[in-house]
Amino acid sequence: MSGENLTSSEYIKHHLTNLTYGQHPDGSLGIAHGSEAAKEMGFWALNLDTMGVSIILGFVFIYFFKKAASTATAGVPGGLQNFVEWVIEFVDESVKDSFNGKNPLVAPLALTIFIWIILMNTMDLVPVDYLPHLASMMGVPYLKVVPTTDPNLTFAMALGVFCLILFYSIKIKGPGGFFAELAFHPFPKYLMPFNLFLELVSLIAKPISLALRLFGNMYAGEMIFILIALLPWGAQWVLSLPWAIFHILIVVLQAFIFMTLTIVYLSMAHEESH
Amino acid sequence: MNINATLIGQTIAFVMFVWFCMKYVWPPIMAALEERKTKIEEGLAAAERGEKEHELAEKKATEVIHEARAEASDIINLANVRAGEMVEEAKGKAVEEAAKVKKGAAAEIEQEVASARESLRQEVSGLAISAAEQIIKSEIDAKKHKKLIDKVSSQLGAA
Repeated sequence: MSGENLTSSEYIKHHLTNLTYGQHPDGSLGIAHGSEAAKEMGFWALNLDTMGVSIILGFVFIYFFKKAASTATAGVPGGLQNFVEWVIEFVDESVKDSFNGKNPLVAPLALTIFIWIILMNTMDLVPVDYLPHLASMMGVPYLKVVPTTDPNLTFAMALGVFCLILFYSIKIKGPGGFFAELAFHPFPKYLMPFNLFLELVSLIAKPISLALRLFGNMYAGEMIFILIALLPWGAQWVLSLPWAIFHILIVVLQAFIFMTLTIVYLSMAHEESH
Repeated sequence: MNINATLIGQTIAFVMFVWFCMKYVWPPIMAALEERKTKIEEGLAAAERGEKEHELAEKKATEVIHEARAEASDIINLANVRAGEMVEEAKGKAVEEAAKVKKGAAAEIEQEVASARESLRQEVSGLAISAAEQIIKSEIDAKKHKKLIDKVSSQLGAA
């Protein structure tokens, strides 16, 4: 717990509040104190913690993979290159398994999603109080360390994938073909409105389920870490360790699910008809 | 937990990272992997080729050894035959030489015998003459009876 005498609910609230920067209702710019204040800022506010951590982690990913890529040779690979190649081959294998079309974007997209989400999820394994406490000592009032517990991030990624789904659906099948797929399926043509409704719902469900699955899992996991942190000292590490070990599985699994579903959705967008 | 402009910021970040990955990370690594694959394939093919060549060379070597062995045994046989011939030749020559030597020795012996006989005859005839002289000195004139003595001496030589 962070030094001050907080009640349990205040502690939880504090941990679940983003560092939001935006315009207060009175017109002044600044950090929102509490989630109500953040809500009042409306849409045009920025979660500095989510942005900062995710972009730093994105650069970590870029740095190591670029380093491996620029020194990549056909000779005997070194440690980093070996690891990077292993990851890339794994992703490439996943893409080849479920993506039938030819598109140079899909595999790098899948790799970025996989590694970036793993890195962001891994922030969950840093003990819940370390970074927020450090931040508060430096005068930063709120810090939500795990970017994937911010729906803004998961929805942003899902929306990116959704745009690609729409783009390739229209590009490969043509606007008419895409509409036909939505309208004349699964029931005969005279039930077109019903078809359209069904298919649109399933289409929109794709990004929403992608975003909410990742967000929900990580949010719940983070929540349990916070709750464990509220327990007496002796019980904390007895519970925290097993949960952390179990959470490693979730960290990787959620990244893998996001990646695989992205590949599958894009594969469906590339298929002429089904 | 509010949806705000972070959504847009994150989308931009996401797109940039994906773009960077697609442009600078994925292609070189895939190229390296591909290159390594072909290199390994080439290496394996070369190894196979080398093995085949080795096999061929070994076969050739055994062939050469066989040939050499056959040649060597031929040479030895020839040498043996030649040696036998030489021994035979030497034997023949030796026999011939021996015969020659024998012949020479026989001739010499004969000659010696003849000369010995001659001198013996002469001596005997001399002795006979001197004996006859002794006997006959008193009664026979040597000049008178020379013819008769010569006849006797030649008869002695024939005997």
